[in-house]
Amino acid sequence: MNKHSKMMLTGNKAAAWGVRLAQVDYVPAFPITPQTEIVETLAQWFSDGTLTGKYTNMDSEHSMFMAAGAAAATGVRVFTASSSQGILHGMEALYTIAGWRVPLVMVNVSRALATPITLEPDHNDVMSTRDCGMVQLHAETCQEVLDFILIGHRIAEHPQVALPVLVNMDGFYLSFTREPVVLPEPSEVARFLPPYKSEQPVFKASQPMARASAVFGGATYSYFKIQQDLAVRQAETVFHEVSEEFAQYFGRNYGPVENFMMDDAEFVFVMSNSFATKGKAAVLELRKQGIKAGLLKLRLIRPFPTQAIADSLLGHHKVAVIDQNLSPGMGGILFPEIVTSLYSRINRPEKFLSVIGGLGGKDILKEDFFSIVEHLRSDKSEGPLFLYNDDDLKQFKKVSHIALAEKGGSES
Amino acid sequence: MIKTHKRVSDLHPEEIITPGTGLCAGCGGLEGLRLALKELGKDVVICNAAGCFTLLSVYPFTPLQGSWLYTTMGGPVPAAQGIRDALDVQLKKGKLPSQENLQVLVVAGDGSSNDIGLGPTSAALHRKLDFIYFCYDNEAYGNTGFQLSAASPFGSSTQTSPSTHEHPAGAEKMKKNLFDIWKAQDPTYIATVSPREPIDLSNKFAKAKTMSGPRMFICMSPCPTGWGFDPKDAHVIAKLAVDTGIFPIKEYFEGKVVHTKRPRKRLPVEKFLERQKRFSHLFYPERCEDVISQIQKNVDDYWSHFE
Ligand SMILES: Cc1ncc(C[n+]2csc(CCOP(=O)(O)OP(=O)(O)O)c2C)c(N)n1
Ligand code: SF4
Repeated sequence: MNKHSKMMLTGNKAAAWGVRLAQVDYVPAFPITPQTEIVETLAQWFSDGTLTGKYTNMDSEHSMFMAAGAAAATGVRVFTASSSQGILHGMEALYTIAGWRVPLVMVNVSRALATPITLEPDHNDVMSTRDCGMVQLHAETCQEVLDFILIGHRIAEHPQVALPVLVNMDGFYLSFTREPVVLPEPSEVARFLPPYKSEQPVFKASQPMARASAVFGGATYSYFKIQQDLAVRQAETVFHEVSEEFAQYFGRNYGPVENFMMDDAEFVFVMSNSFATKGKAAVLELRKQGIKAGLLKLRLIRPFPTQAIADSLLGHHKVAVIDQNLSPGMGGILFPEIVTSLYSRINRPEKFLSVIGGLGGKDILKEDFFSIVEHLRSDKSEGPLFLYNDDDLKQFKKVSHIALAEKGGSES
Repeated sequence: MIKTHKRVSDLHPEEIITPGTGLCAGCGGLEGLRLALKELGKDVVICNAAGCFTLLSVYPFTPLQGSWLYTTMGGPVPAAQGIRDALDVQLKKGKLPSQENLQVLVVAGDGSSNDIGLGPTSAALHRKLDFIYFCYDNEAYGNTGFQLSAASPFGSSTQTSPSTHEHPAGAEKMKKNLFDIWKAQDPTYIATVSPREPIDLSNKFAKAKTMSGPRMFICMSPCPTGWGFDPKDAHVIAKLAVDTGIFPIKEYFEGKVVHTKRPRKRLPVEKFLERQKRFSHLFYPERCEDVISQIQKNVDDYWSHFE
């Protein structure tokens, strides 16, 4: 492989390549669509000797995350992947291993949650892990997926962080979309991310330790939780350091947020993950029509990059936060986070609009962005705006008609 | 059987669990684990499920000379898998000298073992995980106040299977047969042990220590708090469980089940039942003859296969 070899890779394959380049020692796995291609690829590579170490087929995500965390506590470099229902099934284990303060990287390939059951993406799965105490990096492109796995291991293994890092990508829109991906030279990766040697105490005979002991009393419990909070916050500083180093090695420079045509933007869309690409295309369209739009993409979701968001949004007038998730009875999950992070700042935007779209993989259309601008222009204050138009309703009515038709009922 | 000990004075003098834990006085399971660890030694990492024994390690104290990882109620076995795999990877890659290797030990209650953790355990048996499982069987969810588990015996009352006019027996289902469930998955070794039979217990651990693959111990664990008896009588209760034949002491190895301690003449079950509060409804205000004789019949039926 030469220095800048490029391959057409799906997001899943890019993730597998990230794991391969990171020389991961251990992968416990359990299948779920749309992440299966990641673990299938890794199973092949561990099986044929391309990767040295161990791949173990587990019996559930709860088991998988426990095995991943326990292996990390024993001193090997660990990767695993899941999605959607798998994340929910493993939730207890995710809280547990994040509390163990062990480094590992996992990919979540976003997929909407039951019920109703579906295969298509949105972000409720990954948002449900928001408060576990993990670091979260969200990828827009297949390249970001690969790069974030390398960066993720560096953050996870940093002695002041020592936490699981979750890399998120959208199911289908990224997991199965081929894009040109630059594969970093393995020897360069080995310098950026040397083979793993834990800087934490790990389970071995000469070093007996009790880990995750029970605590009595809120003072002790709170102390450990505050430590965890500090570690997650510290990950932002570490992210900056590691990103800079990454840029020196590989030429791609990642901040916690990305500003797209933000300088003079009057209307700002806040987005994350692959739909941000649609948002960027819409910004260009809007600009063609003389509407000064811009987009703020979030890469780091935990820790929440409050300062970077403030630096981007302060001074802009109208901001729409497009959440591809829904907390029923409240609205989008990122919206209050963005608003809160600017609440006490002067010069904050005068209008914030919460927009909910892309649920269950529903496309966000160019026209949707135009309509968001119209809503931002109006002085009415309004609750969450659902991107759901007459066409969508028509589509639903068509299927509901079939569902409700009586046995042997009329054809429409 | 490799007999390494003949009398109690032969047992290893070293204590791997030092005195001073938050567990109840007279806890039979703790005594079982103490004896077990004497055999297994220090180079052990315990993966623990939520339960009474989680209180063995309460920050900042640990009574253990070996290592400890608290997991979840359903997760100690997969955690054992992760540790075993990580040790193996490092041994294979030459990153860990063999003297740093650890024996991976799961410590879980009967609730965890029979219920929430059974699926993951079955999966680990299928994967032939190299580990030892120590199930302390107090026949209920002890740590949460003694509710029904799948190991609660027929005729026992628990907080969630009380004896009432409508349901005089209390627990109406038979205890799940964890020994046979394990056996069906062809493990390396299974044994039942009692803290009242320390030589038998110790020799079984000594034997299991020389093997690899999945190895299981079910330790009869008289529980003064939940069963309702005076802590000083724990050994009497443990002995009666064996002498009535209610708790058979046996092992499974290379396809054969062998009873390693047989009650010479089995005592009637009520000798065991009548001393515990959880069975008191079988005797007061009046004798529940049908329940008691059903319990006796179950015990007799069991032994009839081996007599
Ligand atoms: C998922 C989950 N559900 C419930 C609990 C609450 N819980 C803690 S200990 C325990 C009882 C465990 O019973 P058992 O495994 O028999 O062990 P024992 O308490 O008897 O030691 C329960 C239900 C828990 N920790 N986790
Ligand atoms: S409740 Fe029973 S099993 Fe639990 S520590 Fe006390 S005596 Fe032991």
